Amino acid sequence: MFKKILIANRGEIAVRVIRACHELGIAAVAVYSDVDRAALHVRKADEAYPIGAPAASESYLNIQKILDVAARSGADAIHPGYGFLSENAKFAKACADAGVKFIGPNAAAMDAMGSKTRARKAMERAGVPLVPGTSRGLESFEQAEEVAARIGYPVMLKAAAGGGGKGMRLVHALEELTSALEGARSEAERSFGDREVYIEKAIVNPRHIEMQVLADEHGNTVYLGERECSLQRRHQKVVEEAPSPVVDPDMRRRMGEVAVRVAQAAGYTNAGTVEFLVDQAAGDQQKNFYFLEMNTRLQVEHPVTELVTGLDLVHLQIRIAAGERLPFTQSEVAIRGHAIECRIYAEDPDNNYFPRPGKITLLLAPSGPGIRLDGGMYEGWTVPMDYDPLLAKLIGYGTDRDQAIGRLTRALNEYFVGGIKTNISLFRRILSDPDFRAAKIDTGFLDRLLQQKRAEAPTDPKTIEVVAIAAGIFAIMGSAAAGAGERSAANDSSNSKPTAPSNWKSAARKEATR
Amino acid sequence: MTYDITIDGKNYRLELNRADGRWSCRLDGRDVEVDAVLARPDVLSLRLGDQAFEVKCERVAGDMRLWVASAGFAVEVRDPRSLRGRVRAVDDHGPRKLTAPMPGKIVRVLVSQGDEVEAGAGVLVVEAMKMQNEIKSPKKGTIQKILVGEGAAVNAGDVLAIVE
Repeated sequence: MFKKILIANRGEIAVRVIRACHELGIAAVAVYSDVDRAALHVRKADEAYPIGAPAASESYLNIQKILDVAARSGADAIHPGYGFLSENAKFAKACADAGVKFIGPNAAAMDAMGSKTRARKAMERAGVPLVPGTSRGLESFEQAEEVAARIGYPVMLKAAAGGGGKGMRLVHALEELTSALEGARSEAERSFGDREVYIEKAIVNPRHIEMQVLADEHGNTVYLGERECSLQRRHQKVVEEAPSPVVDPDMRRRMGEVAVRVAQAAGYTNAGTVEFLVDQAAGDQQKNFYFLEMNTRLQVEHPVTELVTGLDLVHLQIRIAAGERLPFTQSEVAIRGHAIECRIYAEDPDNNYFPRPGKITLLLAPSGPGIRLDGGMYEGWTVPMDYDPLLAKLIGYGTDRDQAIGRLTRALNEYFVGGIKTNISLFRRILSDPDFRAAKIDTGFLDRLLQQKRAEAPTDPKTIEVVAIAAGIFAIMGSAAAGAGERSAANDSSNSKPTAPSNWKSAARKEATR
Repeated sequence: MTYDITIDGKNYRLELNRADGRWSCRLDGRDVEVDAVLARPDVLSLRLGDQAFEVKCERVAGDMRLWVASAGFAVEVRDPRSLRGRVRAVDDHGPRKLTAPMPGKIVRVLVSQGDEVEAGAGVLVVEAMKMQNEIKSPKKGTIQKILVGEGAAVNAGDVLAIVE
């Protein structure tokens, strides 16, 4: 087993991995950019090394700097988390060359899955169901026209090197094809430096369901059940759950076996996720699912799988990387209960979910039965503007989906993040939506929900009374007055308000400076 | 103490006093039975009669926002004996500052000094976390000054422009 692991990441996932290291008796090494000195992952680590400027290219994406820290600290393995260098085959290879174990698949497997057209070709050979379309880049407009006519409109044009919705175009009819192809190509060129674009049948409002796989370095591969990830905005997942309400044991087995075949075809090791599109138009009985892509990393939403399988994926990643065999077989994997995750972002719901970093002045975290909170923030910390605005993941677990929703709703009402804007209110809306409660969800759900005008509920006069009286009490007592549980009446109002500005004083100052 | 309290634009008169560990409270001339414990800074446990509430206080750049359950309210507390009301009234007619709502980078300046702008017109674009946000003019008027250039890094609260 490893003695010391370097975590090449920041935020909640770095904290998550540090915790796993400590649980296994392994020392954890953090790296941090100039704006992350005060970050939670630095506080939790056993050793911490600065790696440069805030721009990720200067720090968290800088392979040489991270390998230098690995050498200086004597770390024998590197966990990349998700994002940053986690799916960078060059990094995996550089780690191997430097004699440090990369906790993830090898560079060859990552490469095989990195290009979508290459992955498609490999999967076609392995007999994996694919969305009808081409497995190689389009050579001409005529070819695009011919393929589109064969598979039928609507079609989707996609960048071979793509991701995050870039270089993608939905085409409803032949007339739109020329301009869409040009647009997709130039966007692909700009975003990825690669003009290659391929064509697929567009599946309208599909479900996005993914299968967790785990492979050791001795040829054993298992699947750990699916996650429903249909709730997305701008191609980013917002809510994930396990199991999917539409997947029955038979479909789970079929999808799982395909996912294992995908992993084995790529020579995959460690934790990975195979993404599928599920066509709902085919009717309830026989749902078609198609291979979309494989993510060669630990996913943000891995906790929902952990809760319903009772496994710790980060522990298993570390054990597998250390050469251990999978400690269980496929038949021993059982799904029990239901888990739902909300991704808490620093963004402003009143301003089109624009990121809003800043200082967290008050943080009240939920707890209690069935609640797991994986966070990377703390009260008094200033969220930097330089990175993804994910602050924390709140996960609710229950015997069934209804109980998980009930617990999560209760926890969201306990959760308070003051000083910055967060999307917590969005989850209250989603969780109370009748379609969500009935599990009628697809990738268009969130856009439709956000377009609905919110019915302005009239404010209860009692609430206004509470607010007015509380405002007066806060004004008298000041924010810094009194310790926990102290009776307000015990404080002397004459000396208890260092931070609440006296209106008398501020008015006098304004008058004096006129 | 007597306060004028504005909640989301509506005014209330609150009389609040403490004696012998008890609050006495009148809201708009009506007596209310109040028991309050400050659980920790900015978190108040409040009982009105037998009903219990938890109220959270958020202070950002001089503005106060109170939260009851999941509902937030913009609150202003004034002492009617102070002159603040008058000072604020003057503020609305004078020059208004456009400030950065968050730390970020100025990616575009949409107007020039001396331009006439309508209320709500875009003045600058600030980028943070790879997303762009338009800073709009709070009033109809003339751009008196632009204090930042394209590419400048700004902190929350920095003055970006002044509209007269």
